[in-house]
Amino acid sequence: MAADSAQLLGLVEEFVSGQADSSAADIATGVKTGQFSILQLVEALGLSLTSSQTQTRGRGVQLLSQVLQECYSGLSESEVKVLVTFYENRLKDHYAMTPHVLHGLTALAKCTVLPPGSAVSILKALFQDVHVQSLMLTERSCVYNILISLMNSREKELKGLGPDFVFGFVQAVDGERDPRNLLLAFQIARNIIYRGYDLNLFTEELFEVTSCYFPIDFTPPPNDPHGITQEDLILALRAVLTGTPRFAEFLVPLLIEKLDSDVQNAKVDSLLTLAACAPVYGHKELAEFLPGLWSSIRREVFQTASERVESAGLSALSAITSCLSRTVLTSDSGDALQTFLELVLKDCQHHLCEPDLKLVWPSAKLLQAASGASYRASLIVTAVVLPALFEQYNSRTQCTHRRTLLEVLQGFIQPTVSSQPAEREENVLLPFQKSLCSVVFSALAESNASLQVTATKVLATLGQQSGLLLETDVEIAVDHLTRLVVEEDDAQVSLAVMDCAGSLARLHPAVFTSRMVPRLKDEIFTEPMAEGDTSTLPQSRSKAAARERSVKALAFISSQLSLVQESAPVLLQVLAAAHKGSSSFSTEEVISVCRSLQRIAEHAQHTVEIGDFFHNVVIPRLLGLSLQAALHSQRCSGHTSPLTEEAVLSAIVPVISTACAALQSVPATQMAAQAVSLFLDGDVSFLPENAYPSQIQLLKSQSDCWSQSQLVCLLMASVCSLSQQVEIPDIDRLLVQLEELIFTCTHPFSYTSAAKCFAGLINKRAAGQALDAVLEKTLKRISATLDCESSAQRVQAFTLLIWVMKALLLRYHPLSVNLTDKLFCLLSDNQLGSQAADSFSLLMSDSPDVLNRSCHANVRIMYRQRFFTENSVKLVQGFNSAEQEKRSVYLKALSHIVNNLPRQVQLSELPALLPLLLEALSCPDEAVQLSTLSCLQPLLMEPPPALTTQLEALFTRLLALTTSPAMKVRITALRCIHALSRLPTHMVLPFRARVLRALAKPLDDKKRLVRKEAVAARSEWFLLGSPGGR
Amino acid sequence: MSAGTRLENANPFIFQRSGERLLTASEEDENVIDPIDDREIFDIIRSINDPEHPLSLEELNVVEQMRVKVNDQESTVSVEFTPTIPHCSMATLIGLSIKVKLLRSLPDRFKIDVHITPGTHASEDAVNKQLADKERVAAALENAHLLEVVNQCLSTRPA
Repeated sequence: MAADSAQLLGLVEEFVSGQADSSAADIATGVKTGQFSILQLVEALGLSLTSSQTQTRGRGVQLLSQVLQECYSGLSESEVKVLVTFYENRLKDHYAMTPHVLHGLTALAKCTVLPPGSAVSILKALFQDVHVQSLMLTERSCVYNILISLMNSREKELKGLGPDFVFGFVQAVDGERDPRNLLLAFQIARNIIYRGYDLNLFTEELFEVTSCYFPIDFTPPPNDPHGITQEDLILALRAVLTGTPRFAEFLVPLLIEKLDSDVQNAKVDSLLTLAACAPVYGHKELAEFLPGLWSSIRREVFQTASERVESAGLSALSAITSCLSRTVLTSDSGDALQTFLELVLKDCQHHLCEPDLKLVWPSAKLLQAASGASYRASLIVTAVVLPALFEQYNSRTQCTHRRTLLEVLQGFIQPTVSSQPAEREENVLLPFQKSLCSVVFSALAESNASLQVTATKVLATLGQQSGLLLETDVEIAVDHLTRLVVEEDDAQVSLAVMDCAGSLARLHPAVFTSRMVPRLKDEIFTEPMAEGDTSTLPQSRSKAAARERSVKALAFISSQLSLVQESAPVLLQVLAAAHKGSSSFSTEEVISVCRSLQRIAEHAQHTVEIGDFFHNVVIPRLLGLSLQAALHSQRCSGHTSPLTEEAVLSAIVPVISTACAALQSVPATQMAAQAVSLFLDGDVSFLPENAYPSQIQLLKSQSDCWSQSQLVCLLMASVCSLSQQVEIPDIDRLLVQLEELIFTCTHPFSYTSAAKCFAGLINKRAAGQALDAVLEKTLKRISATLDCESSAQRVQAFTLLIWVMKALLLRYHPLSVNLTDKLFCLLSDNQLGSQAADSFSLLMSDSPDVLNRSCHANVRIMYRQRFFTENSVKLVQGFNSAEQEKRSVYLKALSHIVNNLPRQVQLSELPALLPLLLEALSCPDEAVQLSTLSCLQPLLMEPPPALTTQLEALFTRLLALTTSPAMKVRITALRCIHALSRLPTHMVLPFRARVLRALAKPLDDKKRLVRKEAVAARSEWFLLGSPGGR
Repeated sequence: MSAGTRLENANPFIFQRSGERLLTASEEDENVIDPIDDREIFDIIRSINDPEHPLSLEELNVVEQMRVKVNDQESTVSVEFTPTIPHCSMATLIGLSIKVKLLRSLPDRFKIDVHITPGTHASEDAVNKQLADKERVAAALENAHLLEVVNQCLSTRPA
């Protein structure tokens, strides 16, 4: 014990004499561990605290404060009481003591055991003895922190102080300049307002002391360690200013004044602050300012060039309107909302009658903002505006006028959350239902494309609100849409029509089933004009286009089961007809039918029944048709069915895999069993139309005929996209046969599909002995074949290697490392080197039909980054040690990898890779150039610091590439140069003259697309560093 | 635009913007030579901003494709522009912007002629004369204030 106090004395002595600041920390630890008590510390300090030397006293208090900051939580109430009294007295001491005292008080204010009355006495002492604004930054922040702590813990006592507290705060904060402290001060002000402190006498003072910072103009210093943004300050101040309606009489005039200023930020801030006030204010606060506010808002929206100001203005108007809508009507004042909206209508309505003048849009937006603010407001506004718009629409004959009017109309009928009718109120548009429909239908009947597009949008909006389209109207609408699908050539219109049809079909499937589907079916199956006659060629072409649109439309409307049941059979019928050759469907048409089926299959994700329908009807039919086609083409060589074509089969694959991916577990298991038994044993029992020979061996390769072997892609589609839990029956036998097929088949599509299927199965197979055995056997065969330079199956073995590698890479299988090494060896292979380089793109990108997340493949996150970090060094080494002519292979491989990396990783890896990428730019291989450029271009949008040191080299190479013989290289190089103009001016300004001179040449390029990029880039570079530019 | 100043023409007529030029197969073919045509010149100048409004010259119908003539072989370009009102004080500035944009965007073999559509402006001759005078155009661009305004018209609007 004696040793302890001696040690304590020693430590105190060290600190107070200024020898060792660290002893404060030692004492604090001692107090925390219970070695010393606070009482002992104070006793030990005794002499220094009573010393006549200011400096010694200061050190003493400083030590005590530092210790308290560490261990205030362990103090008892009586200790706190004594310490508080001591500190309060010290505030009266020499000014040099004040900082230390404040630090101590900050610690004490955080104590939970602060005795009653202390909070008030601390504050009284603070307000009386300290002049806050003459303190340093950190001490000021101490004062604010004391206030915040006490407000959090002793709210009731502080409220007992009454207006004195607010007054004290106002005095303390008056003149604060540091953003960090301002944030604290705003927090206190907010607490005062929201927690109901007594403002009464000092409302104006509190407002003055905070509003003087409005609007906030603050640019954080570069490399700001505190991370305070202008936005933080703006939001904190806005919360204070808009906290109470009692500020209204001061705030609103201030806002109007700032709105009239020339500074755009001030305008935006004022408008947003106004919008934030409105929910708190009532009519009383706003009444006298309404005309002034309206004219300011109107002026801003009418005249501004900035979208920020406009949208802020609109939200302010909307907030004011909804505030007025909330006020209770009194008998003497009349309806404030009505009066205000009349003002708005008076100023805006007449502009709606001039659809080709500029102000029609700002007026419409203002009216829409007001109308969307509340149900009552929308009643008042639509009652005036809609009839006027209808009248205008009917009296105008020019299509552009009508389109503008219709677009304006659309804005008014778009429902907003706050204007939603409450229960037992009816939709405001109901009285106009007839006129709305007649306007829309008349617009759909016009021949102007943009008018039609707008009309379909209005129609879709109407359809989404109940009661606005009667049953008969839906029928008319569907007829119009059907006609447009069949007749309208314009791509934009037909897209809009299909979107609209899709959204209406969800709500009224029956009407579409009875009216649209049969009509489209007719359209698809009517034959084009007689062939061979040249005069009808354009006609037959337009007929084909109509067919294509009908097929597409069937997919767009089929989101409900009842519609799918009608539309999918039509599409299947097309495939059957194409297969039989009974009507002339081109390959492209068959492919677009498959696309439509795929679109429909996508809905199976959300609706289980659609998935079952695909499983029971569509997939067996597709498999059956393809099988028939394959068998048929083998037997006779007359008409070849389009279903044997590679392109068509590749289009059927996504239909099956999309549907299979959505299957529930029971049908999925069934699907797997059916597909496997079909391909392994020739079991055709689940296929429709039982007309197949009994001996089918789909996985046996026939030497010259690949029409059967290529069907393996359909096996891949059906088994590789099922969810991981589904057990694939007979998987070992399946894998063996697939491997055999790969090594014996010479048809690229067949063996590639088989390799993908193999990989898809491997990827999902559970880890364990079975998997290892299969892999070992297969890999042995692959390496044996690859090692034999003369082998005919090297390409097949290579294909399988890549796909197996991808399957293992995705699931982080340990074997993938060995395979990667193998691939690196192949980079220097004479035959396969360039293919090996290209395969990196396959490894790194998502393949569309297998081994992706939508096929439920086993994909671990960030496998790309992992692959990159493990292998980039090897690539760089390989590049450095390779002979000159083989170097481009490495560059190509590298650019494929980097291209597929996420941007964040690209940015962090760029410093290391930049020299190599620059090298790649000067590599003569155009493919390497292009791939490197397309990798650089997005990086240049937000250039990493590593780039800035290499600018000279980068510019030299990029400018040289603008005269490359390949047009795509020229275009991308020019885009990169364009992007570089956005770098900080001081970095790129030195290159300005050189770039401008070099870009003069591509201005006269023979290709227009190149000239376009050159013009865009050169204009930006001219603006660089020039007044008014950047 | 400050709040105090009144616009000369606060509520002008607005015209529809023409869409992007359709891409043809021959434009993507490496071996075909695409000559510079009227539409290409129009595409260069149609996006120039009006000095007063947040609108492009095309939207205000100040420039139209039919008033753009180019001859690639003879290397000449002629552009007529139409001020929104006959007393528009911005006419010279608009003409200057068009001229500068073309100077920056065309190969230097071209002779560029920019003038007001006949009969659409009160002091047509004076403006045309100023725009045709090489020395005066060059001198105007030496003036930092003028250059600033021109550059503002030529800068692409932030998306």
